Amino acid sequence: MAIVSALRGIGRRTVDTVWRIGLATRFFGLILFHSGNSFRRFHLIIKELFSTGVMSLIIIVVAGLFVGMVLGLQGYETLKRYGSESALGVMVALGLVRELGPVVAALLFASRAGSAMTAEIGLMKATEQVSAMEMMAVNPIARIVAPRFWAGVISMPLLAALFSAMGVFGGYFVGVVQIGVDEGSFWSQMQAAVDFKHDVMNGVLKSFVFGTVVTIIALFEGYDAPPTAEGVSGATTRTVVTSSLAILMLDFILTAMMFGGS
Amino acid sequence: MTFPKGKLIAIMGLSGCGKTTLLRHIGGALTPTKGYVKVDGQIIHELDQAGLYAMRRKMGMLFQFGALFTDMSVYDNVAFQMREHTDLPEELIHDLVLMKLHAVGLRGTHNLMPSELSGGMARRVALARTVALDPMLIMYDEPFAGLDPISLTVVGDLIRRLNDALGATSVVVTHDVQESLKIVDYVYFMANGVIVEEGTPDEIRNSQKDWVRQFVHGEIEGPVPFHYPGGDYRQDLNLKVKS
Repeated sequence: MAIVSALRGIGRRTVDTVWRIGLATRFFGLILFHSGNSFRRFHLIIKELFSTGVMSLIIIVVAGLFVGMVLGLQGYETLKRYGSESALGVMVALGLVRELGPVVAALLFASRAGSAMTAEIGLMKATEQVSAMEMMAVNPIARIVAPRFWAGVISMPLLAALFSAMGVFGGYFVGVVQIGVDEGSFWSQMQAAVDFKHDVMNGVLKSFVFGTVVTIIALFEGYDAPPTAEGVSGATTRTVVTSSLAILMLDFILTAMMFGGS
Repeated sequence: MTFPKGKLIAIMGLSGCGKTTLLRHIGGALTPTKGYVKVDGQIIHELDQAGLYAMRRKMGMLFQFGALFTDMSVYDNVAFQMREHTDLPEELIHDLVLMKLHAVGLRGTHNLMPSELSGGMARRVALARTVALDPMLIMYDEPFAGLDPISLTVVGDLIRRLNDALGATSVVVTHDVQESLKIVDYVYFMANGVIVEEGTPDEIRNSQKDWVRQFVHGEIEGPVPFHYPGGDYRQDLNLKVKS
């Protein structure tokens, strides 16, 4: 009896998950369908770029700096064993541009901007602002959701680039200024080894994918949240958890596709 | 139910009797399983999305707690529909917004955010937003809920005056018997999803129907029981009857 009940529970959760994925996909389609209005009135996107992008700057800059400093320290300790300290710049730059920049920036973006988007839209629903908009013959997907989606998609690669730049600066500060690695080899080896198309653009592509996925999850969870305090809080938690898992899973798939055989 | 042009109609009844559901049907947010709602000669549930949105532009709805957009100022809230649905120049929108706010006595609040308003003020700003495009049908969902006596009278008076000034038809869903009977032309009284009484305010006040009398006079005894149906009380308290 317990086994049947457990199986029934698993089945129910699976069906629910498939339903939600289907609903989220349909929601994504609706956003794309209603995006024309956002681009015709670009000031709506700019307003959202401020709250998703600009307001995330501090956390991205500070986190990027410290991650780069840690990379500089750890990298120096490892490379020193093989007498390759001069390759510190390459290690820091490749680690950040290919991997840590897009992934950590996306995780921070999901926690800072994604959760805020979910809470904001969930509360708009709970306080009947979304219903009011519908009653005013204004489509909430076009007016509220689409501008936020494009703001998320645009700001994520920029934030990831900023994270990587700050990380490289942090690595330089620890490696060159504090430890004394040769400055010329730090920069020249980095310049020689980091390929713009293969490394930088693939990192940008990753952050674009992460930005799209995180923003869709955040907006869907907010729009789908039950209009209660508990519903909004649950949706916000789901945004952070689901986004983080999606980022890490997609990172593996994208890394395997981009760098797997090289 | 019929709502004639220019009239202010109240729909009253206990919580859960279907009043707000009725408003949602009029606004096309719900599809009826039986019957229909006809507004301006068109059956609402037969309209496609474009038709429904065109119809909603002729309607205004005041939500229970105003539902002002919290990320916009009072000015932007009132200007919202004008910017969304018209090509009016910003100078004209400015004048119209201030006129609408003046009509509800809150011209001086145009720079404030909704969080800086009291409950009564928020309701009046929402009222200004509701009539921003001079709708032919205005719906009010519990407009008096949670208001102090002064705000309550002010909002009631505004609903009456705006309806007359705009030549609109207004439907007020409310629990507030005394305030609404002062301002409305006709009342429908609902219970369990059906109309149990209708008439002018005087007819409702003098109605001998149990439901209406209990509701209008706020009596404890009547067809609406105090206790929610439950099992045997003694059994719930684990008491044994002495033989």
